[in-house]
Amino acid sequence: MDDPIPLPLDGLHAELGGRMVPFAGYSMPVQYPAGVMAEHLHTRAKAGLFDVSHMGQVVVRGDGAAAALETLVPVDVAGLAEGRQRYGVLTFPDGGVADDLMVANRGDHLLLVVNGAMKHLDLEILRKGLPDHSVEMLEDRALLALQGPSAEGALAALVPGAAGMRFMDVATFDWEGATLWISRSGYTGEDGFEISVPVERIDAFARALLAQEGVMPIGLGARDSLRLEAGMPLYGQDLTAGITPVEAGLGWAIQKVRRAGGDRAGGFPGADRILAELAEGPRRIRVGLRPEGRAPMRAGVMLYESVEATAPCGTVTSGGFGPTVGAPVAMGYVPIGTAVGSVLYGDLRGRRLPVTIAELPFYQPRYRR
Amino acid sequence: MKYTEEHEWLEDSDGVVTVGITGHAATQLGDVVFVELPEVGRTITKGEEIVVIESVKAASDILAPLDGEIVEVNAALADNPGLVNEDAEAAWFFRMTTTTPEEMNDMMDEDGYAEFVAD
Repeated sequence: MDDPIPLPLDGLHAELGGRMVPFAGYSMPVQYPAGVMAEHLHTRAKAGLFDVSHMGQVVVRGDGAAAALETLVPVDVAGLAEGRQRYGVLTFPDGGVADDLMVANRGDHLLLVVNGAMKHLDLEILRKGLPDHSVEMLEDRALLALQGPSAEGALAALVPGAAGMRFMDVATFDWEGATLWISRSGYTGEDGFEISVPVERIDAFARALLAQEGVMPIGLGARDSLRLEAGMPLYGQDLTAGITPVEAGLGWAIQKVRRAGGDRAGGFPGADRILAELAEGPRRIRVGLRPEGRAPMRAGVMLYESVEATAPCGTVTSGGFGPTVGAPVAMGYVPIGTAVGSVLYGDLRGRRLPVTIAELPFYQPRYRR
Repeated sequence: MKYTEEHEWLEDSDGVVTVGITGHAATQLGDVVFVELPEVGRTITKGEEIVVIESVKAASDILAPLDGEIVEVNAALADNPGLVNEDAEAAWFFRMTTTTPEEMNDMMDEDGYAEFVAD
Protein backbone atom coordinates (compact mmCIF):
# COMPACT_ATOMS: atom_id res chain seq x y z
CA MET A 1 0.00 0.00 0.00
CA ASP A 2 1.13 3.56 -0.66
CA ASP A 3 2.26 5.69 2.23
CA PRO A 4 -0.59 7.67 3.80
CA ILE A 5 -0.88 11.20 2.43
CA PRO A 6 -0.52 13.99 5.01
CA LEU A 7 -3.53 16.29 5.37
CA PRO A 8 -3.10 20.05 4.88
CA LEU A 9 -3.36 20.39 8.68
CA ASP A 10 -0.66 17.78 9.37
CA GLY A 11 1.57 20.30 11.14
CA LEU A 12 -1.24 21.46 13.42
CA HIS A 13 -2.18 17.86 14.29
CA ALA A 14 1.43 17.19 15.32
CA GLU A 15 1.52 20.39 17.39
CA LEU A 16 -1.70 19.36 19.14
CA GLY A 17 -0.28 15.92 19.97
CA GLY A 18 -2.57 14.01 17.60
CA ARG A 19 -1.91 10.28 17.37
CA MET A 20 -1.83 9.68 13.65
CA VAL A 21 -3.14 6.57 11.91
CA PRO A 22 -3.64 5.68 8.25
CA PHE A 23 -7.29 6.13 7.24
CA ALA A 24 -8.78 6.34 3.73
CA GLY A 25 -5.27 6.73 2.34
CA TYR A 26 -4.44 9.70 4.57
CA SER A 27 -2.56 10.14 7.79
CA MET A 28 -5.24 11.24 10.24
CA PRO A 29 -5.50 11.92 13.99
CA VAL A 30 -7.37 9.10 15.75
CA GLN A 31 -7.20 11.05 19.01
CA TYR A 32 -5.44 13.89 20.79
CA PRO A 33 -3.98 13.70 24.31
CA ALA A 34 -7.40 14.18 25.94
CA GLY A 35 -8.46 10.75 24.63
CA VAL A 36 -11.52 9.42 22.84
CA MET A 37 -13.85 9.44 25.86
CA ALA A 38 -13.08 13.06 26.84
CA GLU A 39 -13.23 14.22 23.22
CA HIS A 40 -16.62 12.59 22.73
CA LEU A 41 -18.10 14.10 25.89
CA HIS A 42 -16.61 17.50 25.12
CA THR A 43 -18.27 17.56 21.70
CA ARG A 44 -21.66 16.87 23.30
CA ALA A 45 -21.06 19.51 26.01
CA LYS A 46 -19.23 22.29 24.11
CA ALA A 47 -17.72 22.09 20.63
CA GLY A 48 -15.38 19.79 18.76
CA LEU A 49 -13.29 20.61 15.69
CA PHE A 50 -12.75 17.73 13.25
CA ASP A 51 -10.40 17.70 10.28
CA VAL A 52 -12.35 15.89 7.57
CA SER A 53 -10.20 17.03 4.66
CA HIS A 54 -9.89 13.42 3.48
CA MET A 55 -13.48 13.62 2.23
CA GLY A 56 -14.14 14.34 -1.42
CA GLN A 57 -15.65 17.66 -2.45
CA VAL A 58 -17.04 17.20 -5.94
CA VAL A 59 -18.51 20.00 -8.05
CA VAL A 60 -21.02 19.10 -10.78
CA ARG A 61 -21.78 21.83 -13.33
CA GLY A 62 -23.81 22.26 -16.46
CA ASP A 63 -27.38 22.73 -17.63
CA GLY A 64 -29.74 20.24 -16.06
CA ALA A 65 -27.13 18.96 -13.60
CA ALA A 66 -29.77 18.17 -10.97
CA ALA A 67 -31.90 16.12 -13.36
CA ALA A 68 -28.80 14.32 -14.62
CA LEU A 69 -27.63 13.47 -11.09
CA GLU A 70 -31.05 11.95 -10.40
CA THR A 71 -30.08 9.14 -12.79
CA LEU A 72 -27.42 8.10 -10.22
CA VAL A 73 -29.11 8.74 -6.87
CA PRO A 74 -32.61 7.96 -5.54
CA VAL A 75 -32.90 11.51 -4.26
CA ASP A 76 -35.02 14.53 -5.17
CA VAL A 77 -32.16 16.69 -6.45
CA ALA A 78 -34.22 18.73 -8.90
CA GLY A 79 -36.49 19.85 -6.06
CA LEU A 80 -33.58 20.92 -3.87
CA ALA A 81 -33.81 24.69 -3.39
CA GLU A 82 -30.75 26.87 -3.86
CA GLY A 83 -28.91 27.15 -0.56
CA ARG A 84 -30.10 23.76 0.67
CA GLN A 85 -28.45 20.38 1.13
CA ARG A 86 -29.74 16.82 1.28
CA TYR A 87 -28.38 13.41 2.33
CA GLY A 88 -28.41 10.62 -0.23
CA VAL A 89 -26.74 7.53 -1.60
CA LEU A 90 -25.12 6.54 -4.89
CA THR A 91 -26.51 3.15 -5.90
CA PHE A 92 -25.32 0.21 -7.98
CA PRO A 93 -27.54 -1.52 -10.57
CA ASP A 94 -28.24 -4.36 -8.11
CA GLY A 95 -29.49 -1.89 -5.51
CA GLY A 96 -26.38 -1.93 -3.32
CA VAL A 97 -24.94 1.31 -2.01
CA ALA A 98 -21.81 2.66 -3.75
CA ASP A 99 -21.41 5.49 -1.22
CA ASP A 100 -23.41 7.87 0.89
CA LEU A 101 -23.08 11.60 0.40
CA MET A 102 -24.39 15.11 0.86
CA VAL A 103 -25.58 17.04 -2.17
CA ALA A 104 -25.97 20.82 -2.00
CA ASN A 105 -27.55 23.21 -4.47
CA ARG A 106 -25.07 26.09 -4.57
CA GLY A 107 -26.78 28.02 -7.34
CA ASP A 108 -24.61 27.63 -10.42
CA HIS A 109 -23.37 24.16 -9.37
CA LEU A 110 -24.05 21.15 -7.19
CA LEU A 111 -21.55 20.31 -4.46
CA LEU A 112 -21.27 16.68 -3.42
CA VAL A 113 -19.38 15.71 -0.28
CA VAL A 114 -18.42 12.03 -0.35
CA ASN A 115 -16.46 9.58 1.80
CA GLY A 116 -12.67 9.81 1.58
CA ALA A 117 -12.17 6.08 1.08
CA MET A 118 -14.69 6.00 -1.79
CA LYS A 119 -14.07 9.30 -3.53
CA HIS A 120 -12.03 7.98 -6.45
CA LEU A 121 -14.62 5.32 -7.27
CA ASP A 122 -17.39 7.93 -6.83
CA LEU A 123 -15.63 10.21 -9.28
CA GLU A 124 -15.54 7.40 -11.86
CA ILE A 125 -19.24 6.65 -11.35
CA LEU A 126 -20.15 10.33 -11.61
CA ARG A 127 -18.03 10.99 -14.71
CA LYS A 128 -19.35 7.90 -16.45
CA GLY A 129 -22.94 8.65 -15.45
CA LEU A 130 -22.80 12.38 -16.27
CA PRO A 131 -20.92 12.49 -19.59
CA ASP A 132 -22.44 15.84 -20.60
CA HIS A 133 -21.57 17.62 -17.37
CA SER A 134 -18.42 18.87 -15.75
CA VAL A 135 -17.50 16.73 -12.72
CA GLU A 136 -14.52 17.99 -10.78
CA MET A 137 -13.01 16.86 -7.48
CA LEU A 138 -11.64 19.89 -5.71
CA GLU A 139 -8.02 19.55 -4.62
CA ASP A 140 -7.70 23.18 -3.49
CA ARG A 141 -10.22 22.99 -0.63
CA ALA A 142 -9.95 21.37 2.78
CA LEU A 143 -12.90 20.51 5.04
CA LEU A 144 -13.53 21.04 8.74
CA ALA A 145 -16.47 20.07 10.91
CA LEU A 146 -17.34 22.10 13.99
CA GLN A 147 -19.89 20.25 16.10
CA GLY A 148 -21.63 20.72 19.44
CA PRO A 149 -23.81 23.18 21.33
CA SER A 150 -21.05 25.83 21.36
CA ALA A 151 -20.35 25.49 17.63
CA GLU A 152 -22.70 28.29 16.61
CA GLY A 153 -21.16 30.81 18.98
CA ALA A 154 -17.60 29.85 18.08
CA LEU A 155 -18.17 30.05 14.33
CA ALA A 156 -20.28 33.21 14.56
CA ALA A 157 -17.38 34.96 16.31
CA LEU A 158 -15.45 34.61 13.04
CA VAL A 159 -18.33 34.47 10.55
CA PRO A 160 -21.35 36.26 12.08
CA GLY A 161 -23.73 35.26 9.27
CA ALA A 162 -23.38 31.56 10.02
CA ALA A 163 -25.58 31.90 13.12
CA GLY A 164 -28.59 32.59 10.91
CA MET A 165 -28.34 29.28 9.07
CA ARG A 166 -30.79 26.44 9.68
CA PHE A 167 -30.08 22.70 9.63
CA MET A 168 -29.04 21.67 6.08
CA ASP A 169 -28.65 25.25 4.81
CA VAL A 170 -25.56 25.94 2.70
CA ALA A 171 -24.07 29.38 2.11
CA THR A 172 -20.89 31.21 1.10
CA PHE A 173 -19.12 33.55 3.51
CA ASP A 174 -15.94 35.59 3.60
CA TRP A 175 -13.42 35.21 6.40
CA GLU A 176 -10.51 37.63 6.12
CA GLY A 177 -10.49 37.29 2.36
CA ALA A 178 -10.96 33.51 2.31
CA THR A 179 -14.13 32.21 0.67
CA LEU A 180 -15.80 29.67 2.98
CA TRP A 181 -18.53 27.27 1.89
CA ILE A 182 -20.50 26.43 5.00
CA SER A 183 -23.28 23.94 5.61
CA ARG A 184 -25.19 23.48 8.85
CA SER A 185 -24.82 19.73 9.18
CA GLY A 186 -22.56 17.05 10.60
CA TYR A 187 -21.96 13.47 11.63
CA THR A 188 -22.26 13.60 15.41
CA GLY A 189 -25.93 14.15 16.28
CA GLU A 190 -25.10 17.65 17.44
CA ASP A 191 -25.92 21.00 15.92
CA GLY A 192 -22.92 22.14 13.94
CA PHE A 193 -21.28 23.12 10.69
CA GLU A 194 -19.15 21.68 7.93
CA ILE A 195 -16.82 24.28 6.49
CA SER A 196 -14.98 24.08 3.18
CA VAL A 197 -11.88 26.28 3.30
CA PRO A 198 -9.23 27.08 0.66
CA VAL A 199 -6.23 24.85 1.44
CA GLU A 200 -3.85 27.80 1.82
CA ARG A 201 -6.03 29.29 4.59
CA ILE A 202 -7.06 26.11 6.44
CA ASP A 203 -4.29 26.30 9.03
CA ALA A 204 -5.08 29.92 9.97
CA PHE A 205 -8.82 29.26 10.04
CA ALA A 206 -8.52 26.09 12.16
CA ARG A 207 -6.31 27.95 14.65
CA ALA A 208 -8.82 30.81 14.80
CA LEU A 209 -11.59 28.31 15.64
CA LEU A 210 -9.48 26.51 18.25
CA ALA A 211 -8.87 29.89 19.92
CA GLN A 212 -12.61 30.26 20.54
CA GLU A 213 -14.13 29.44 23.92
CA GLY A 214 -14.96 25.75 24.31
CA VAL A 215 -13.48 24.47 21.02
CA MET A 216 -11.30 21.37 21.27
CA PRO A 217 -9.73 19.25 18.49
CA ILE A 218 -11.40 15.85 18.08
CA GLY A 219 -10.01 12.74 16.40
CA LEU A 220 -11.49 9.91 14.36
CA GLY A 221 -12.08 7.73 17.44
CA ALA A 222 -14.65 10.10 18.93
CA ARG A 223 -16.06 10.86 15.47
CA ASP A 224 -16.91 7.17 15.26
CA SER A 225 -18.48 6.89 18.73
CA LEU A 226 -20.45 10.12 18.22
CA ARG A 227 -21.96 8.99 14.90
CA LEU A 228 -22.65 5.53 16.36
CA GLU A 229 -24.67 7.01 19.23
CA ALA A 230 -26.45 9.22 16.69
CA GLY A 231 -27.43 6.09 14.75
CA MET A 232 -25.64 7.17 11.57
CA PRO A 233 -24.30 4.46 9.27
CA LEU A 234 -20.61 4.33 8.32
CA TYR A 235 -19.86 3.43 4.72
CA GLY A 236 -17.71 0.30 4.56
CA GLN A 237 -19.35 -1.16 7.67
CA ASP A 238 -23.06 -0.38 7.99
CA LEU A 239 -23.42 0.50 4.32
CA THR A 240 -21.75 -1.54 1.58
CA ALA A 241 -22.22 -2.61 -2.02
CA GLY A 242 -24.09 -5.62 -0.61
CA ILE A 243 -26.68 -3.59 1.32
CA THR A 244 -29.57 -1.61 -0.17
CA PRO A 245 -30.58 1.79 1.19
CA VAL A 246 -33.93 0.32 2.25
CA GLU A 247 -32.24 -2.41 4.29
CA ALA A 248 -30.08 0.31 5.82
CA GLY A 249 -33.18 2.16 7.02
CA LEU A 250 -32.51 5.07 4.67
CA GLY A 251 -35.96 5.06 3.06
CA TRP A 252 -36.47 8.54 4.53
CA ALA A 253 -33.74 9.80 2.17
CA ILE A 254 -35.72 8.62 -0.88
CA GLN A 255 -38.30 11.36 -1.40
CA LYS A 256 -41.86 10.63 -2.55
CA VAL A 257 -41.22 12.06 -6.01
CA ARG A 258 -38.64 9.33 -6.70
CA ARG A 259 -40.82 6.48 -5.38
CA ALA A 260 -43.42 4.43 -7.21
CA GLY A 261 -46.25 6.76 -8.20
CA GLY A 262 -44.04 9.87 -7.95
CA ASP A 263 -43.52 12.27 -10.86
CA ARG A 264 -39.90 11.17 -11.28
CA ALA A 265 -40.21 7.64 -9.91
CA GLY A 266 -37.21 5.35 -10.38
CA GLY A 267 -34.65 6.05 -13.06
CA PHE A 268 -31.64 5.43 -10.82
CA PRO A 269 -29.41 2.31 -10.62
CA GLY A 270 -31.13 -0.49 -8.72
CA ALA A 271 -34.53 1.21 -8.86
CA ASP A 272 -36.40 -2.06 -9.45
CA ARG A 273 -35.15 -3.67 -6.29
CA ILE A 274 -35.12 -0.52 -4.16
CA LEU A 275 -38.67 0.52 -5.06
CA ALA A 276 -39.90 -3.05 -4.54
CA GLU A 277 -38.27 -3.14 -1.12
CA LEU A 278 -39.87 0.19 -0.22
CA ALA A 279 -43.27 -1.26 -1.14
CA GLU A 280 -42.93 -4.79 0.24
CA GLY A 281 -40.21 -4.45 2.86
CA PRO A 282 -36.65 -5.76 2.69
CA ARG A 283 -35.52 -9.16 4.01
CA ARG A 284 -33.39 -7.63 6.73
CA ILE A 285 -33.08 -4.26 8.38
CA ARG A 286 -30.50 -2.17 10.20
CA VAL A 287 -31.32 -1.85 13.91
CA GLY A 288 -29.79 -0.59 17.12
CA LEU A 289 -28.34 -3.17 19.50
CA ARG A 290 -27.78 -2.87 23.24
CA PRO A 291 -25.46 -5.59 24.56
CA GLU A 292 -26.19 -6.59 28.15
CA GLY A 293 -23.43 -5.77 30.61
CA ARG A 294 -20.33 -3.79 29.77
CA ALA A 295 -18.62 -5.82 27.04
CA PRO A 296 -18.77 -4.00 23.68
CA MET A 297 -19.85 -5.98 20.62
CA ARG A 298 -17.95 -4.73 17.61
CA ALA A 299 -18.31 -5.11 13.87
CA GLY A 300 -18.25 -8.75 12.79
CA VAL A 301 -19.93 -10.24 15.87
CA MET A 302 -22.51 -12.79 14.64
CA LEU A 303 -26.03 -12.71 16.07
CA TYR A 304 -28.13 -15.80 16.90
CA GLU A 305 -31.77 -16.28 17.82
CA SER A 306 -30.85 -18.43 20.80
CA VAL A 307 -27.89 -19.73 22.77
CA GLU A 308 -28.21 -23.04 20.92
CA ALA A 309 -28.92 -21.86 17.36
CA THR A 310 -26.31 -23.08 14.89
CA ALA A 311 -26.91 -20.64 12.03
CA PRO A 312 -26.56 -16.90 12.63
CA CYS A 313 -29.57 -14.66 11.91
CA GLY A 314 -27.68 -11.38 11.77
CA THR A 315 -24.42 -9.49 12.16
CA VAL A 316 -23.10 -6.51 14.06
CA THR A 317 -21.74 -3.93 11.60
CA SER A 318 -20.62 -1.22 14.06
CA GLY A 319 -20.21 -1.30 17.78
CA GLY A 320 -18.32 0.04 20.71
CA PHE A 321 -18.75 1.90 23.93
CA GLY A 322 -21.10 4.89 23.89
CA PRO A 323 -19.61 7.47 26.26
CA THR A 324 -22.82 9.54 26.47
CA VAL A 325 -25.05 6.46 26.74
CA GLY A 326 -22.61 5.09 29.32
CA ALA A 327 -22.87 1.56 27.96
CA PRO A 328 -21.92 -0.47 24.92
CA VAL A 329 -23.98 0.28 21.82
CA ALA A 330 -23.96 -1.29 18.39
CA MET A 331 -25.86 -1.50 15.13
CA GLY A 332 -26.31 -4.36 12.77
CA TYR A 333 -28.59 -6.28 10.45
CA VAL A 334 -31.36 -8.63 11.61
CA PRO A 335 -34.30 -10.30 9.84
CA ILE A 336 -37.22 -7.96 9.12
CA GLY A 337 -39.83 -8.27 11.82
CA THR A 338 -37.35 -8.64 14.68
CA ALA A 339 -39.14 -6.47 17.23
CA VAL A 340 -37.57 -3.69 19.25
CA GLY A 341 -37.09 -5.06 22.75
CA SER A 342 -36.54 -8.64 21.65
CA VAL A 343 -33.31 -10.40 22.57
CA LEU A 344 -30.71 -11.99 20.31
CA TYR A 345 -27.37 -13.50 21.27
CA GLY A 346 -24.04 -12.19 20.06
CA ASP A 347 -21.14 -14.60 19.83
CA LEU A 348 -18.38 -12.94 21.82
CA ARG A 349 -15.18 -14.94 22.09
CA GLY A 350 -17.11 -18.19 21.87
CA ARG A 351 -19.85 -17.25 24.31
CA ARG A 352 -23.41 -16.24 23.45
CA LEU A 353 -24.23 -13.01 25.24
CA PRO A 354 -27.68 -11.36 25.17
CA VAL A 355 -28.22 -8.22 23.13
CA THR A 356 -31.51 -6.29 22.97
CA ILE A 357 -32.88 -4.81 19.75
CA ALA A 358 -33.17 -1.04 20.25
CA GLU A 359 -34.49 1.98 18.38
CA LEU A 360 -31.95 4.14 16.57
CA PRO A 361 -30.62 6.63 17.43
CA PHE A 362 -29.24 5.98 20.91
CA TYR A 363 -28.78 9.73 21.26
CA GLN A 364 -31.46 12.13 20.07
CA PRO A 365 -29.93 14.66 17.64
CA ARG A 366 -30.04 18.32 18.56
CA TYR A 367 -30.24 20.01 15.18
CA ARG A 368 -31.25 23.66 14.68
CA ARG A 369 -34.17 23.20 12.34
CA MET B 1 9.06 -5.03 39.52
CA LYS B 2 9.56 -7.10 36.34
CA TYR B 3 8.23 -6.41 32.85
CA THR B 4 7.30 -8.53 29.83
CA GLU B 5 7.46 -7.70 26.15
CA GLU B 6 3.65 -7.91 26.21
CA HIS B 7 3.68 -4.78 28.42
CA GLU B 8 2.72 -6.49 31.66
CA TRP B 9 4.28 -5.70 35.01
CA LEU B 10 4.81 -8.43 37.63
CA GLU B 11 5.51 -7.96 41.31
CA ASP B 12 6.56 -10.98 43.35
CA SER B 13 5.69 -10.96 47.05
CA ASP B 14 6.60 -14.19 48.82
CA GLY B 15 5.64 -16.37 45.90
CA VAL B 16 2.40 -14.55 45.02
CA VAL B 17 2.84 -12.61 41.78
CA THR B 18 0.64 -9.56 41.15
CA VAL B 19 0.11 -8.73 37.46
CA GLY B 20 -1.01 -5.56 35.67
CA ILE B 21 -0.35 -3.67 32.45
CA THR B 22 2.11 -0.81 32.12
CA GLY B 23 1.25 2.86 31.83
CA HIS B 24 2.65 2.74 28.30
CA ALA B 25 0.22 -0.04 27.38
CA ALA B 26 -2.70 1.79 28.98
CA THR B 27 -1.90 4.94 26.99
CA GLN B 28 -1.70 2.93 23.77
CA LEU B 29 -5.04 1.23 24.47
CA GLY B 30 -6.86 4.44 25.26
CA ASP B 31 -9.82 4.63 27.63
CA VAL B 32 -10.54 1.16 29.00
CA VAL B 33 -14.29 0.45 29.11
CA PHE B 34 -14.49 -3.25 29.97
CA VAL B 35 -12.34 -5.81 31.72
CA GLU B 36 -13.07 -9.53 31.88
CA LEU B 37 -11.12 -11.28 34.63
CA PRO B 38 -10.33 -14.99 34.98
CA GLU B 39 -11.85 -17.22 37.66
CA VAL B 40 -9.99 -17.64 40.90
CA GLY B 41 -8.55 -21.16 41.07
CA ARG B 42 -8.01 -21.42 37.32
CA THR B 43 -4.82 -23.16 36.27
CA ILE B 44 -3.02 -21.17 33.60
CA THR B 45 -0.28 -21.86 31.08
CA LYS B 46 2.16 -19.19 29.95
CA GLY B 47 0.94 -17.46 26.76
CA GLU B 48 -2.73 -18.31 27.17
CA GLU B 49 -5.28 -15.47 27.00
CA ILE B 50 -6.62 -14.89 30.48
CA VAL B 51 -7.90 -11.30 30.61
CA VAL B 52 -9.89 -9.41 27.99
CA ILE B 53 -9.46 -5.64 27.94
CA GLU B 54 -11.77 -3.56 25.78
CA SER B 55 -10.87 0.05 25.17
CA VAL B 56 -12.82 2.64 23.22
CA LYS B 57 -10.73 1.52 20.24
CA ALA B 58 -10.30 -2.25 20.33
CA ALA B 59 -10.27 -5.46 22.28
CA SER B 60 -6.97 -6.88 23.48
CA ASP B 61 -5.81 -9.64 25.81
CA ILE B 62 -3.49 -10.14 28.68
CA LEU B 63 -1.55 -13.36 28.23
CA ALA B 64 -0.54 -15.47 31.19
CA PRO B 65 3.07 -14.41 31.91
CA LEU B 66 3.96 -17.66 33.72
CA ASP B 67 2.57 -21.14 34.42
CA GLY B 68 0.56 -21.32 37.62
CA GLU B 69 -2.80 -20.64 39.23
CA ILE B 70 -4.98 -17.56 39.70
CA VAL B 71 -5.42 -16.89 43.42
CA GLU B 72 -7.12 -13.47 43.42
CA VAL B 73 -8.63 -11.00 40.93
CA ASN B 74 -9.19 -7.24 41.24
CA ALA B 75 -12.99 -7.08 41.13
CA ALA B 76 -12.86 -3.28 41.34
CA LEU B 77 -11.71 -3.20 37.71
CA ALA B 78 -14.87 -4.89 36.49
CA ASP B 79 -16.94 -2.10 38.04
CA ASN B 80 -14.57 0.72 37.15
CA PRO B 81 -12.35 -0.18 34.18
CA GLY B 82 -11.17 3.44 33.93
CA LEU B 83 -8.88 2.78 36.93
CA VAL B 84 -6.43 1.27 34.42
CA ASN B 85 -6.01 4.65 32.73
CA GLU B 86 -5.89 6.57 36.00
CA ASP B 87 -2.95 4.61 37.39
CA ALA B 88 -1.90 1.48 35.53
CA GLU B 89 0.69 0.45 38.09
CA ALA B 90 -1.90 0.50 40.88
CA ALA B 91 -4.69 -1.16 38.84
CA TRP B 92 -3.59 -4.78 39.18
CA PHE B 93 -5.60 -7.41 37.31
CA PHE B 94 -4.87 -10.67 39.14
CA ARG B 95 -2.57 -12.43 41.56
CA MET B 96 -1.11 -15.83 40.80
CA THR B 97 1.14 -18.50 42.22
CA THR B 98 3.62 -19.95 39.78
CA THR B 99 5.42 -23.21 39.15
CA THR B 100 8.03 -21.44 37.03
CA PRO B 101 9.27 -18.54 39.21
CA GLU B 102 12.75 -18.75 37.72
CA GLU B 103 11.40 -17.33 34.44
CA MET B 104 10.96 -13.98 36.14
CA ASN B 105 14.74 -13.69 36.33
CA ASP B 106 14.90 -13.36 32.55
CA MET B 107 12.27 -10.59 32.40
CA MET B 108 13.14 -6.91 31.99
CA ASP B 109 13.67 -4.60 34.93
CA GLU B 110 12.38 -1.02 34.91
CA ASP B 111 15.35 0.35 32.96
CA GLY B 112 15.20 -2.50 30.50
CA TYR B 113 11.51 -1.92 29.89
CA ALA B 114 12.00 1.82 29.46
CA GLU B 115 14.60 1.05 26.80
CA PHE B 116 12.29 -1.55 25.20
CA VAL B 117 9.41 0.90 24.73
CA ALA B 118 11.75 3.67 23.58
CA ASP B 119 12.78 1.56 20.55
